[in-house]
Amino acid sequence: MKVRPHRGHPLWYAFMLHRTSGLLLALFLPVHFYVLAMALTGPDALDGFLALTASTPVKLAEWGLVFLLAVHFFGGLRLLALEFLPWSSRQKTFIAAATALAFLVSTTFFLSAA
Amino acid sequence: MLTLRLYLLQRVTAILMAPLVLGHIAVMIYAVQDGLTAAEILGRTQGSLGWMLFYGVFVVAVAIHAAIGLRVIVAETLGLRGAGLNVFAWGAGLLLLALGLRAVWAVTA
Repeated sequence: MKVRPHRGHPLWYAFMLHRTSGLLLALFLPVHFYVLAMALTGPDALDGFLALTASTPVKLAEWGLVFLLAVHFFGGLRLLALEFLPWSSRQKTFIAAATALAFLVSTTFFLSAA
Repeated sequence: MLTLRLYLLQRVTAILMAPLVLGHIAVMIYAVQDGLTAAEILGRTQGSLGWMLFYGVFVVAVAIHAAIGLRVIVAETLGLRGAGLNVFAWGAGLLLLALGLRAVWAVTA
């Protein structure tokens, strides 16, 4: 068994969260684009699809998507700051702040949708 | 393309998208109130050059950004290298670009 001590570190979790959110967003985008293009190909089908967004499970899924976008956004800003600004020792604070802000943004969206 | 250039392109598209993501989130929070309908979305976007440019730039940037990100993940996780990796990244980027521009056209033209 390989020993991977770095995997317990908060920065590793932040890296994994950034990678996973980015991957899931990239997989979601083709679906997102396909549905929007229904405005051209089948407006009734688009409305039928949008009607699904009134249900609670879909709203929860949307909350998840907004959280993914927000956590990738704030995590990306954290990464840019880490790479391009002078080193700061408050990296764990920035990770916590990025995650908290993503919860704030996505929950604001969820409450707005509810 | 050199890995260093891909790395820089990834950062440039990220910085370009930062204000667009904030705008998109704000629009979503605003638009989702009272539910979503095609008429409401199209009423806001159709015939708008501003939204066409906003989302057009967003799609171009995200296609590049996502293709480079997927390229890194596929290389590191699946071990794909060389020409195969480049074909994969170009394919992913062009697919996202085509689907994205079609969607922007559908809702803003």
